[in-house]
Amino acid sequence: MLQGIGASKGIAMAPVLLLKEEKITISEINIESAEKEIERFKNAIEMSKVQLEKIMKLAEKKMGKEKAEIFGAHLLVLADPELVNTVENGIKSEGKNAEFILDRTIKTFVQIFESMDNEYMRERAADINDVGGRLLKNLLGLEMVNISQLDKEVIIVAHDLAPSDTAQMDKEKVLGFITDIGGRTSHTAIMARSLEIPAIVGLGDITSNVSNGDFVIINGETGEVLINPSENQISQYKEKQREYLEYRAKLMELKDKATETLDGKHVELGANIGTPKDLGGVLNNGAEGIGLYRTEFLYMDRSSLPTEDEQYEAYKAVLEGMEGKPVVIRTLDIGGDKEIPYLNLPKEMNPFLGYRALRICLDKTEIFKTQLRALLRASIFGNLKIMYPMVSGIQEVRQANTILEEVKAELDAKGVQYSKEFEVGIMIEIPTAALTSDILAKEVDFFSIGTNDLIQYSTAVDRMNQNIAHLYTPYHPGVLRMIKMVIENGHKEGIWVGMCGEAAGELPLIPLLLGMGLDEFSMSATSILPARELISKLTTERAKEITEKALSLVTSEEIEQYLNTVIK
Amino acid sequence: MVEKKIVVANKTGLHARPAALLVQTASKFSSDVLIVKGDTEVNAKSIMGIMALGAGQGTELTIKISGADEDQALAAILELFDNNFGE
Repeated sequence: MLQGIGASKGIAMAPVLLLKEEKITISEINIESAEKEIERFKNAIEMSKVQLEKIMKLAEKKMGKEKAEIFGAHLLVLADPELVNTVENGIKSEGKNAEFILDRTIKTFVQIFESMDNEYMRERAADINDVGGRLLKNLLGLEMVNISQLDKEVIIVAHDLAPSDTAQMDKEKVLGFITDIGGRTSHTAIMARSLEIPAIVGLGDITSNVSNGDFVIINGETGEVLINPSENQISQYKEKQREYLEYRAKLMELKDKATETLDGKHVELGANIGTPKDLGGVLNNGAEGIGLYRTEFLYMDRSSLPTEDEQYEAYKAVLEGMEGKPVVIRTLDIGGDKEIPYLNLPKEMNPFLGYRALRICLDKTEIFKTQLRALLRASIFGNLKIMYPMVSGIQEVRQANTILEEVKAELDAKGVQYSKEFEVGIMIEIPTAALTSDILAKEVDFFSIGTNDLIQYSTAVDRMNQNIAHLYTPYHPGVLRMIKMVIENGHKEGIWVGMCGEAAGELPLIPLLLGMGLDEFSMSATSILPARELISKLTTERAKEITEKALSLVTSEEIEQYLNTVIK
Repeated sequence: MVEKKIVVANKTGLHARPAALLVQTASKFSSDVLIVKGDTEVNAKSIMGIMALGAGQGTELTIKISGADEDQALAAILELFDNNFGE
C-alpha cells in the first residue's frame, strides 16, 4: 500500500491508465526501396491526420472552437510542404529509413523555433515536437494514449496533470487521478474536486510503480493507494465506498438549507469555479453563492485574447445560472508561470513575485478595460461582485477604481446598461494588504482572503516545491493572526470578509474561522455540505472558545492537532 | 508572375490564426506562392515557413506568385491582408 496526499474525497477502483512520456529509440537503417519508405511515411501522415481531426472535433465539442484551434495548427504542420519535402528528399538522397530522417528533420525545425527571440515562437516548438512525436509513433506502430476517448473506466496515473490534460479527458470514464507530485491546492486536486472524483497527489513515483493493466483502489480521503489488491481488500473497500456514498446521500438533505450555527447565526457558503461548466456542481452541492470565479481560464489554452463578447457571454451565463445569488468574479489573475504565449510576458526569475495579475491590468489597461466592460454589461443579469487580485496596497486599488470609473463613463456615453449596485472588493493575499487592511477596508466593499497565496508569501514557501511543501500550512499562527486582523479591520468599517482559499473548505479550520467572525467561506463545491453540517453543530460561543484556545498555541502542529480533535 | 508589396497591419502580425489563414488560403491555389521579407523567401503554403518569418505588425513584405491561377491567388491573399485577417 502506498501513501500520498488525499486531495479529493471518495473511493474508486479501476484499472490504471498510465500517462507517461515513452522514450522512443530511433535506429538509423539503410533501406533498399526509397519508394517504400516514402509510402510508409505518407501513411503515417495520413494516420496522424485522421487522429488529429478526430481529436479536434471532440475538443471543439468539449472546449469550444477557440481551444480546439491548437489541433488545427497541428494539422497544418502535418500538411507543411517544408516538412514533407525535406523528409522525402532525405530518404531519397541518403537511403535511410523514414524514422531516422523524420526525427532529424523535426529536431532541426524545433531548434529553429526554440532559438527565436519571441516567446510565442518558442512555444510553437512544442507544437512541432508534438506533431513530430505523433508521426513517429504512427511510423513505429506504437500505441498512443488518447484520453479523450476511453472505452472503459480507468484511474489516471500521471506525473502531474495540466489543465490541457484534464480539458480533453473523457470525464465519464475517469474514476480518479493519482499523481507523483502536487498538493491539495495543485491543479490536479482542484480539478478532481470540481469533477467530484477521488484524487491522491504527491505519491512520489507512482508512475514507476504501476503499468497499464494494473488494478488499483484509491481512497481520496486517506491518500491510500492499493495496487493489485486481494479479493478481501476489494470487498473491504467496496464496503467503505458504500458507506461513503451513503454519507454523501445524507448530506444531500442539507442541500437547500441555509448555513446556520446551532444558535442561529448565518454565514454564507460559496463555491470556487473556473468556468460556467462548473455551475452544475455548484448548484447540486447547495452553494449559497460563488465566492470566486477564476476568470483566467478564459485566457488560457488559446492563441489570442478572449474578446469582450466572449467574456460577456461567460459572465452572463454564470450570473444568470446563480439566479440572483452573489457571484464574486475575480479580474485577470495570471503571470509568467501560466502559459499565455500571446501576451509575450517577459521570462522572470520569480514569477510569483513578478509582473502578474492586477499589475498587468494596471499596465496593459486595454486588457483590463475589456474585461471590466464585459463584466459591467453582464452585471444586469445577476448579483455581481468584482474582485481585484494581488493587491499590495491602497494605491493599486485607487488606480483600478479610476479605470473602472472610466469604463463606466464610456458605457454611459454609449447608453449601454449596467447594474448600479455591484460591489467592488479585493483579495487579501499579499502580507502588506493584510497588514494595512484597516486602510483598505475604507475604500472597498469587501475582502476575500486568498489563503493559498497568503500562506506562500508570508511563510516564503513555494507550495509546489516538494522539498519544502511540508512547511506550507494554513495552521501557522502567523497566518491565523493575519486572518484575524483582516476580519476585525473589515468589520470595523462595516464590510464583509470572506475567504476563497482552499483553507475555507478545510473542516478543522472552520470552527476557528467561524469564531473569528468570517462571514463567507468559498470552497470546492464538494466541501460545501460537509461544512454546512459541521457549522450546524456549533454555537458561536463554542466557536469563539475554540479560536481563543487555538490562538494561544505556539506551533502549527499543535494548532492543527488541536483543531482536528475538536471536530471529531 | 505577379508581385505586390504590402505591410502587415494587423496587431498580432503573421502569427497564430493569421498565419494559419494565410497558409490555408495559399494552399487552395496551384501556383507557387512566395512571401519575401528582406533577404528571406518562404513558401506561403508552409506553416512553419510563415511562422519562422516572424513578420510582426509593421513588417513590409512582398508577395510573389507564379502559376496558372496566380491572379486569383493574389486577389485572395490581398483580401486577407486588407481585412487584417478578421482581427
